[in-house]
Amino acid sequence: MKDLRYTRFLGFISGLTMAFTGAIGMIEVFNQRTLIDPFLTMGTLMLLGIPAVIGVVAAKGRSNPLEGPTRDPLRGALAGLIMGLIAGVFASLFVLLVDTVDLTEFFPNLRPAMVDAMTFGFGVPVGLAVLSAASGLAGAAGGFFSGMSADIRRGMGAALAWVLGFSLLQGVVADIVEVRTVIRAIYSPQDGLQWWAALIIGALAWWLTLRYQGTGKTFAKRVREADPKGSLRRSLIGLAILMAVFLPMLLGGILNELLINVSFFILMGLGLNIVVGYAGLLDLGYVAFFAVGAYGTAVLTSPLSSTVNPEMSWWLALLVVIGLAAIAGILVGTPVLRMRGDYLAIVTLGFGEMVRILLLSDWLTPIFGGAQGIRRIPGIPIPFTDITISGVDPQLFIYFTLFFVLIATYVSYRASTARVGRAWAAMREDEEVAEATGVSTVSAKLLAFVTGAIIASFAGALFSAKVGAVFTNSFDLLVSIVVLLVVILGGMGSIPGIYVGSLVLIGLLGGPKSPGLLAEFGAYKLLFYGAILVFMMLKRPEGLWPSKLRSRELHIGELSQDAWLEKKGEFSSADGEEATV
Amino acid sequence: MALLEISGLSKAFGGVQALRGLDFHIDEGEIVSVIGPNGAGKTSFFNVISGIFSPDEGSIIFDGDDVTHHAPSEVTQRGIARTFQNVRLFANMTVLENVMVGQHCRTKAGILGAIFNTPSQRAEEEMIGEKAREILSFFGTRLAGYRLDQPAFALSYANRRRLEIARAMATEPRLLLLDEPTAGMNPRETIELTGKIGEMRDDRGLTVVVISHEMNVVEDVSDRVVVLDHGVKIAEGGYADVSTDDDVIEAYLGRPAESDDD
Amino acid sequence: MLSRNVTPPATTTPTKTRRFRFNWVDGFLWFIRIAAIIVIVVGIVGSIQLFAAGEGPTLEQWRDLVISSFATGAMYGLIALGYSMVYGVLGFINFAHGEVFMSGTMVGLIASTMLFDSGFWDANPMASLLIVVLVAMFTSTLVAVLIERVAYRPLRNAPRLIPLITSIGVSFFLQYAFAGLFGVGVRSYPPAPGNLDDDVEIFGISIAGTKLLVIVVAAISMVALWYFVKRTKTGTAMRAVAEDKEIAGLMGINVERTIVTTFAVGGAMAGVAGLLWALLFRGVDFLTGFLPGIKAFTAAVLGGIGNLPGAMLGGVLLGLFEGVGPLLVLAGLGIPAVSQLKDFVAFSALILVLIFRPSGLLGERLGSEDRA
Repeated sequence: MKDLRYTRFLGFISGLTMAFTGAIGMIEVFNQRTLIDPFLTMGTLMLLGIPAVIGVVAAKGRSNPLEGPTRDPLRGALAGLIMGLIAGVFASLFVLLVDTVDLTEFFPNLRPAMVDAMTFGFGVPVGLAVLSAASGLAGAAGGFFSGMSADIRRGMGAALAWVLGFSLLQGVVADIVEVRTVIRAIYSPQDGLQWWAALIIGALAWWLTLRYQGTGKTFAKRVREADPKGSLRRSLIGLAILMAVFLPMLLGGILNELLINVSFFILMGLGLNIVVGYAGLLDLGYVAFFAVGAYGTAVLTSPLSSTVNPEMSWWLALLVVIGLAAIAGILVGTPVLRMRGDYLAIVTLGFGEMVRILLLSDWLTPIFGGAQGIRRIPGIPIPFTDITISGVDPQLFIYFTLFFVLIATYVSYRASTARVGRAWAAMREDEEVAEATGVSTVSAKLLAFVTGAIIASFAGALFSAKVGAVFTNSFDLLVSIVVLLVVILGGMGSIPGIYVGSLVLIGLLGGPKSPGLLAEFGAYKLLFYGAILVFMMLKRPEGLWPSKLRSRELHIGELSQDAWLEKKGEFSSADGEEATV
Repeated sequence: MALLEISGLSKAFGGVQALRGLDFHIDEGEIVSVIGPNGAGKTSFFNVISGIFSPDEGSIIFDGDDVTHHAPSEVTQRGIARTFQNVRLFANMTVLENVMVGQHCRTKAGILGAIFNTPSQRAEEEMIGEKAREILSFFGTRLAGYRLDQPAFALSYANRRRLEIARAMATEPRLLLLDEPTAGMNPRETIELTGKIGEMRDDRGLTVVVISHEMNVVEDVSDRVVVLDHGVKIAEGGYADVSTDDDVIEAYLGRPAESDDD
Repeated sequence: MLSRNVTPPATTTPTKTRRFRFNWVDGFLWFIRIAAIIVIVVGIVGSIQLFAAGEGPTLEQWRDLVISSFATGAMYGLIALGYSMVYGVLGFINFAHGEVFMSGTMVGLIASTMLFDSGFWDANPMASLLIVVLVAMFTSTLVAVLIERVAYRPLRNAPRLIPLITSIGVSFFLQYAFAGLFGVGVRSYPPAPGNLDDDVEIFGISIAGTKLLVIVVAAISMVALWYFVKRTKTGTAMRAVAEDKEIAGLMGINVERTIVTTFAVGGAMAGVAGLLWALLFRGVDFLTGFLPGIKAFTAAVLGGIGNLPGAMLGGVLLGLFEGVGPLLVLAGLGIPAVSQLKDFVAFSALILVLIFRPSGLLGERLGSEDRA
């Protein structure tokens, strides 16, 4: 077979990845979470998922670009099998090595527990055979299914998604479906779905998907035809929002905490979206504006902050903080007005770090509390009532935060469709020409920075009130990067994308300092952040829910067919990228 | 008083002296062509006038105001608009949006107006849309109807040139600088655009400076022709005079080699 | 159309021309310039007063500080070479280069620990260091080439910011991959072998042996790189590709391979820097690459991006700024605990350079695609 070399290569890559996940200790940690009782743990899923996914790639082989991928399940299964076996053998050799030689001095995770985890408890040498065989089977399965018809693939995909969803999000399901008997039935006491429940859910999902596939599109079309003005749709969306409003009341305390976190990142994501998504300025120091809001509120409201101590109400502090943020936006934006894109990124990163260093320094401890931070920040008093909103009552806090999120959403939306948004879009397309067409790029850039800064300061002020204290370790570069990741994952310049990005990233994996629904990820989430960022840039830079404009911009090399759109310094289609047929 | 008055304009890029003590003037309502061999400094001339580069020496007086070192957006706001030699549109924005951006310097609704959806902002947005459509109608049905919502990269080459001109016209200029507007067009499109340049002056009261390499266009459209070579003006006058001027011919074609005898 | 005769230009007295565009943006920037100069001058004056009053460091302490800063700066310079070369060739900042450096020093630590445990370390100091540097160079080069192949090559034609964002992702991934593989604790290299730590007398100045070695190694590497880039065929190819990728390809140069070589050489230099880190600081963890990475980038820009001697110069200067700066300038301003603000000084240098002299001290060398 001419593809054999490719298959071997894929096997090697697959095995290497499997070894890697073991070497960093991920399999062990993930094994603690059972997905389907009794045989599928998250660790096993991770370990065998690798050859399964790569089996799909192996089945496609080096397809002839003129013909497109051939779909033959048996050939695919064979390719997957070979690939999986190679991967399994490679991984087994690795496990054998770890079992024989003690490398824990340098690699603390290469210990017996890892061997155990990777051999499914069978140990060496039986486990090695099991590993190789399982890997081969996983690869074969992946290859087999990738060769099936579109219907079967869609059904399988849906089944997998639903089963994974139910098992991974056990907590959420239990919280929503409050019928205890049902929950106790489908989930086993040791966590994880019962295997028969998994089968039922999978089958149900498969059937539903196939039965109603396409109905989504036809339904949407019929709705659009019946309701040309969109008024019915708008009221439906309003209804959906109303229902979403009641969601926090259904969820327990921990999930509400998570929702608050998600909302914070939606808020900051919307702000950064204006700077990065609309104006096209890569700001890596966004956390500085967040810090202005948080520390500003802290200093102004807490009785404990030493030198400056007005002890204002949160609302008054918010007004002051907005002003401070606007000034900060101008201070950061003005020096970078004439800089190239990557220099702008590094300089803003520098600003962010400098703010953190100053907040932490002994020099400014009298104002900012240094390493001790500032504590006893009061909550948000609701005027005319006795209620104070703070982190103590997460449910109230969510609604309050969502209020600000809605404001930010509205501002973003209105700005994008108005004259300002056009100016930003023009500037993003071609700064020189925009300037020549009468758009003052100075004003446009500064406006973007200031707006983004103000939104971040909202988030900061809310954060202060919620946590009741601020410490500098909540304001490091990691936060800026995570907000950027939310924007990119969701879709630069796309408001629904920000919501999706935050829900998926912060909700599932968790924020930089707090866990998400998949709390097992723990320290590994940062690894995944990096991997997701790289993956998105390589495969889908426009994000999960892209804005049409950005989608066009990022794929223009593929869309335009002539050289007249080639621009210096921007993307060029001069290297002969073919238009997609 | 001339609408645009340039004296002693000089600009060097590294070791290359693109413009050398250039003098130029144009009165309101004139159409002047600027021609010259490659590298004569014609596009640099436009770049300096429109503010993309700041001259080393010299002054640019537009309608009595000194705009010599102004930023490009300021120059545009004063009333000088331009197009580019290698059509630079906002490729991913729609045709209508491209032209609406041109109106940016003539309008003022800011982000606050957008957020609060004030009546003045809404009225302004409507006006921008109306004006944009009106300007696009200058090109008849070519950039109208369903075309308005197409992204600019979907347009044919000639339409892109027209769109760029429309965008420049949307800034409500008094002086329009067209950099090789007919380059790459077929003869029919060229004749059409040449006519349109005349219409710009006659119907819309614009003053136009045209850079072109196509002598038939220059002949048809210009009241006056200015010839540049190596950054200096070497001839000026009507087309008939300039096209037979020895210096001009030498600049384009060279001089016959000196013979050994005689 | 009728042509008209030339009309003589109307005589008008032009209004006074301003030499530059002066608007509030420039005003703001001038304000920053002047403020920075004032701060620095006041700081130095204040510090001198402090020292005169006997509160400053002793002459020996100054000497040690300057030498340490110089040595650290030499290390930054080596890392900066990688940033400079990649920017010159591909036009983007390889954010992950700091992690390339970290990988070299981390794996070098394993080698050194093994050598130490077996007694080889103290018995054969020079051979041990040579082994460590080779291991570090090999690792760094490998990592650099891998990330080019996996993350950057597919993005060769993407808009400029996409590879930058990707490199941020790669940086993260590498950091936490190493954290997972090697654990999160800080680990130390064994103390310098033999009697390398002793002071050596050079021109009457007493320098710690390790620091001298650092400076010497950096100098040798720089000279070797210089020779490589200027005299060898591959080096010339690298310069050609940095100048204009398209034309270089038309001249028969294998652009792809040259780009890989660029990454590899940058990685190798970072590997050497890994050894230098070991000699200077000894402690290594998965975050070791972050700050030196940013500082090295600052150094690269300071000297002029794309410009190799500039990178070295920038490195040394930055080392001196951040080492001597807090004590010389900030102490004089009455700021307590100035050593905390070392990184602040480094970042300030970055920002000031990028605002006021983005082309760097020795001028930038960009590819034709990136030149304005």
